[in-house]
Amino acid sequence: MVDAALMDALRAGADGSVDTDVGPRPSDLTVSLGRTRDLPAAAAVLIGPYAMALATVVATDETATPDGDLKVRYVFEPTAPGAPDQFVTLLISVDAAHPEVPSLTTAVPAANWHEREMQDLFGIVSVGHPDPRPLVVHDGWPKGAFPLRKAFDGSQRVPVEPADEFPHLVAEGEGVFEIPVGPIHAGIIEPGHFRFTSVGETVLNLDARLFYTHRGLEKRMEGLSPLDAFYVAERICGVCSVAHGLGYCEALEQIADVDAPPRARLIRSIALELERLYNHVGDVGNVCAGASFHYGTAAGMRLKERLQQMNERLAGNRFLRGLVVPGGVRLDLTDDLLGLLAVTLQDTLAGLDSLMARIEANPSVVDRLDDTGILQHQAALDLAVAGVAARASGVDRDARRDHPHGAFAGPEPLDLRVATASEGDAMARVTVRALEARESIRLVGELVRRLEPGPLQVALIEPLPSGRIGISAIESARGEAVHWLRIDAAGRVERYHLRSPSYHNWPAVVLAAETAIVPDFPLVNKSFELCYSCTDR
Amino acid sequence: MLRILVNAIRTGVVTTRYPVEPSVPPDRFRGAPVLRPGSALPPPTVCPTGALSERLDADRRYVALDLARCIFCGRCAEDPWVDAVAMGRDFELATRCRNDLRIEVLADDPTDRAAGPAPDRDAEAARSLSEIHRVLGRSLHLRHLDAGSCNACDWELAALLNPVYDIRRLGIDFVASPRHADGVIVTGPVTRNLETAVHRTFEAIPEPRVVIAVGACAASGGIVGEGYASAGGVDRVLPVDVYIPGCPPRPEAIIFGILVAVGRLSARRLGSEG
Repeated sequence: MVDAALMDALRAGADGSVDTDVGPRPSDLTVSLGRTRDLPAAAAVLIGPYAMALATVVATDETATPDGDLKVRYVFEPTAPGAPDQFVTLLISVDAAHPEVPSLTTAVPAANWHEREMQDLFGIVSVGHPDPRPLVVHDGWPKGAFPLRKAFDGSQRVPVEPADEFPHLVAEGEGVFEIPVGPIHAGIIEPGHFRFTSVGETVLNLDARLFYTHRGLEKRMEGLSPLDAFYVAERICGVCSVAHGLGYCEALEQIADVDAPPRARLIRSIALELERLYNHVGDVGNVCAGASFHYGTAAGMRLKERLQQMNERLAGNRFLRGLVVPGGVRLDLTDDLLGLLAVTLQDTLAGLDSLMARIEANPSVVDRLDDTGILQHQAALDLAVAGVAARASGVDRDARRDHPHGAFAGPEPLDLRVATASEGDAMARVTVRALEARESIRLVGELVRRLEPGPLQVALIEPLPSGRIGISAIESARGEAVHWLRIDAAGRVERYHLRSPSYHNWPAVVLAAETAIVPDFPLVNKSFELCYSCTDR
Repeated sequence: MLRILVNAIRTGVVTTRYPVEPSVPPDRFRGAPVLRPGSALPPPTVCPTGALSERLDADRRYVALDLARCIFCGRCAEDPWVDAVAMGRDFELATRCRNDLRIEVLADDPTDRAAGPAPDRDAEAARSLSEIHRVLGRSLHLRHLDAGSCNACDWELAALLNPVYDIRRLGIDFVASPRHADGVIVTGPVTRNLETAVHRTFEAIPEPRVVIAVGACAASGGIVGEGYASAGGVDRVLPVDVYIPGCPPRPEAIIFGILVAVGRLSARRLGSEG
C-alpha cells in the first residue's frame, strides 16, 4: 500500500522524478529516485518523521541490461514496536562511467560500512564519506578491480601488490600508547585486528579492522543454481547456519511464490530457537571466561555441548545443518526425538537458572559486568544495532515479531515476549541473553504442541521466475539478518546479499569499548558476541 | 563458593572415554557417503562442492568421491539415488595423504562389484612423520589458525577444551603463541586477507612442525573453492601433514585427526609407515 503522505514528503524534497512501486513483497514499497542527489533528502524523510532505520544496502551491476547502469538499493525498515512488516527501498541508478553517489553516513551512521563496502566491491564512491578507507579488500589489492562487477572473473586468485601500511585511526598525544591486537588472537576465536590507543588502561580510541575472513561468498553464489547456492548460504557462518539457511530459503520461496508447509514452518522455527539457545547458553558461559569465573565457563560449555549433541541427533549435524532446505525441511521430528528434546530443554533450563544464580551471587563477576562497555540507546538506534545488543540498550526490536518468519508467519501468531533492558552495559546484555534463552525454551514447547502431521516440503519448480527480488529478515541468535536475492533470466543466482546482525553491531562494540579499560575489552566483546564470518562473508 | 562445589560434585564426571572407547554417532549422523559399486551412481552435478567426479574408461563409468571436498549434506544420497549412495556413519576419516580421501567405484554395472583402482599415494604428503614423533614424543601443543573459517570448525576446536572432550587429558593443548607450539591446526580455505598472517604464524613455529587442516574448507577449499578472495585450501599455502574431512568434523573426528598427526593411532587409513 502506498502511503500518500509519505510520497508527498519524498516528492517535496526532490529535484528529479520520484516513482513508486509496490515490492519486493506486497507490503513493501520501492521508490525510484530520478536523480542520485535526491537521496539524502529522501533518506532524511524516512529516518526522521517516519522513524525508520537502515536495514541493508544492496548494489547490483546491471550494465548488461537495457538501462545499462549500476543500481543501489537503500532498504529501510520501521523501528517502532508493532509497526507493520514493511521494507521501503530507495532505488537509484548510477552511471558506470562516473559511479558517484552522495554519502548518507553523516546523517545515517549505519550506512558507514555499507558505503565503504560498495566502494571496494563495486567501485561506487559515496561522495562526502567521512572515512573512505578500504574496508573489505585489504593491503595490496589492485586499483580498479571491483569483484562484484559482472565483468570481474571471481574464480581466479588475485596477487598481492606491494602496499603501504594501513592508515589506522589512532589518538595522538603525550603518554598515549598504541596496542595492536590480532588478526591472530590468543584463543580459539575468529580473526580481526584491533588497534587500541590508550592512556594507561583507559581506551581513548579503538579502530577495528575486520574482513580478514572475506571469502567472496556473494560472488561465489552468482551463477549457481538457486538450490546449489543454498549450501553456500547455510555455510556463511557456523553458529548462524539455521538462520542464514532459513533467510536464503524464505527469499527464494518468495521468488518461487511457494510457502513451506505448516509442519515444516514449525520445525524451522524450532530449529531457529535451538540455534539461539545453544548460542545464548554458551555465550553466557563465555562471558564468565572474560571475568575469570571458570566454574561459569565450564558450566556454560557443558550445557552448550549437551544441546549440540542433541542437535546431532535431530539433524545429523551439531550445527543443525541439513535440516532446513529450500521448500521446507529435510528431516522430521519423530516422537522419540521430541521426547529427547523435552528432557534436554528441561535440564538446560535448570542448568541455566543455576548458572545465572551463581553469576548473580558472585560479586567479583557482577562488579566486572556492571557499568562495563555501555552502549547508549541513541547510539544503538543510529547504528541500527540488532539483537541482544540493541534490546539491552532499550531498543525493542525483534525480527520474529517485526518481520514474521517461520512459524511466526503462520495464521495463529505466537506470543513472543521480547526481553529488553535499559542499562546498555555488559550485565544487561548477559541478563537479556539469559531471558531470551528461557523464552526460546518456552517457545519450543509451544511450537512442539502445535505440530500436526503433514508434508515437510513443497517442490520449487525450476527455472524460477527471473528478475523477481526476494527479501527476508530473520532473527538469528545475534539479531536481525536481512537477505536479498534475485534470479537471472537463466534461472541462476544473479545477486545475493546478506546483511548480518554482526555487520551493524561491530561499530557498536567499538563505541562501547571506548567507555571501558583495555583489560575489560574481552568482556565487552564477549558480551556482544558477534560473528566475524557473517560480517566478512 | 560452597554452592559451586556442591554443584560441581553433583554434576559428576561428564568426560568422554574416547578414543579408548569408541564413539557411536547417532542414527541421523551423516558421515562418509558410501558409494555402492555397480549401482546407478549420481552424476557429478548433484554435488554442490564438486566432490563427485566421473570418468569413462573403455565405456565403463567410474564415479569418484573426494572426502576432502565433501560437506556431508547428504544430497547425493537422496531420491533417486537412495539405492546407490548411503550416508555412512564413519567419521574417523583423517588421513596423511590427500589422495587417500579419494574413493572411486565402477557405476552402472551390477555384475561387477570391483572397486576402482587404488588411489595414487601422494609421495610428498606421505612423508614420514618419524622425526616429528622423535622430537615431540607423545604430546602435542597446537596453535589454532583461523584462515577464513565460517567458525563452525573453530567452535568444534573450542569444544575440545570443554569438560566433555577435555583434550588436555590426552597430552594435547592449544597454546597462545606460535613459538610455544609444535604445529598449527588450520580452519578455513586461507583467505587473501589472511595469507600473510598464515605465513607469519607458520614461520614463527619452531621446526619440526605439523600442519593439520580441519574441515572441508581447509582440506580442499570446500564450499568456498578457489577465487579472488580464497586460496582454495591450506595445502596451497602450507605443507599439510594431516587432513580432517567434515563440515565441520565432529569433535571426536578432530581428536582422531590430531592423534593421527602424533602417530598415536595405527588406524586403517594411516598407510604403511604409520
